[in-house]
Amino acid sequence: MYAFDIERPSTIADAVTALQGEDAQALGGGQTLIPTLKQRLAAPSKLVSLSGIGEMQGVCVGDDGAVCIGGATTHATVSREAAAHYPGLAALASHIGDPAVRNRGTIGGSLANNDPAACYPAAALASGATIVTNNREIAADDYFQGMFSTALDEGEVITEVRFPVPQAANYQKFLQPASRFALVGVFVAKYADGVRVAVTGASENGVFRWAEAEAALSADFSASTLDGLNMDADGMIADLHGSSAYRAHLVKVNTKRAVDAAS
Amino acid sequence: MASVSMTVNGREVSGDVEGRTLLSSFLRDDLRLTGTHVGCDTSQCGACVVHVNGAAVKACTMFAVEADGAEVATIEGEANADGSLSVIQQAFQDHHGLQCGFCTPGMVMSAAALLKENPTPTEAEIREYLEGNICRCTGYHNIVKAIMAASGQDVAAIAAE
Repeated sequence: MYAFDIERPSTIADAVTALQGEDAQALGGGQTLIPTLKQRLAAPSKLVSLSGIGEMQGVCVGDDGAVCIGGATTHATVSREAAAHYPGLAALASHIGDPAVRNRGTIGGSLANNDPAACYPAAALASGATIVTNNREIAADDYFQGMFSTALDEGEVITEVRFPVPQAANYQKFLQPASRFALVGVFVAKYADGVRVAVTGASENGVFRWAEAEAALSADFSASTLDGLNMDADGMIADLHGSSAYRAHLVKVNTKRAVDAAS
Repeated sequence: MASVSMTVNGREVSGDVEGRTLLSSFLRDDLRLTGTHVGCDTSQCGACVVHVNGAAVKACTMFAVEADGAEVATIEGEANADGSLSVIQQAFQDHHGLQCGFCTPGMVMSAAALLKENPTPTEAEIREYLEGNICRCTGYHNIVKAIMAASGQDVAAIAAE
């Protein structure tokens, strides 16, 4: 690693101030960023750790019934504390990485990084979540802008993520067993006004919504209603773990499994 | 350089570290607690698992300054106060839960975290919990058996495949 300064502010305001310096970088749980720094793929002059900010920790339920998760909340905490309010989301959090990763990695870090195979982007997009930052609220539909790309500005911090709770939901992750990321992951969420389906791991443009499946499932929420649909392999990731056609196939298989398992 | 203080295995320690100093480096190089192993340094292998404020974490994927003020437990603190092996360590010995032993500190610390969360895990739960701990001798079978035994459960059901 190249040398850098590190700060541990205890308030959001102090973190935002610290991030205004040139080449400053926010540090969530570091489960992606620290390996990236070790490989010298990033060289910030300063890291601003968000792990000491109490107001960015924890899970609560808002007045509108939405589950609100502090941006610095670890996956392990979400898996425990969101279980009673949004079990599909808690189940997703409980299978990210491995136990030690879940004790450090945070929801804000995952969403800010927007890895094309990460789990949380699928939950946020399928739930129509709101990404709350230090200066605005961003709808999930506007937030994800392609592989490793988001609507966040330089120095902007995800302070909270608000998830409207669906009537039923499920996340199916087809595991890439070495990395424990999703080879393909599909999050299905059924709301009173329709079904949302978000797919991670598959597209060269990162997480996306499968509109045809959403329309079909909104009319008839059953796995068999997807029989006639096919995901186009064009634009799907192809690598040593799977071809684009294979990933396209897995999108449909996992969407059907998610519908069957939704609760 | 930054000054850090933490409690490691019940002992107050402090030191001066760079921002980039990993917790694993602070434990090994500054405190000379070399039981925490660094196997891959890429957060894949889990040989460096320690507990920070009771939670299992990879010490190679956390900065020492982030553990400032924390309670840290390493493999050196796992044995009983009289020096005898802990229940988990004894079970690893009894069931041959190690071959070369390199991954063992991380395996034991992960096992301790699991049994604190879930005192009587199933075989499947043990295997899932160890997803982030790699044994390159591939001795998983006896590791799982040892953890099962440490939880006080019958290991006869785990066949010697």
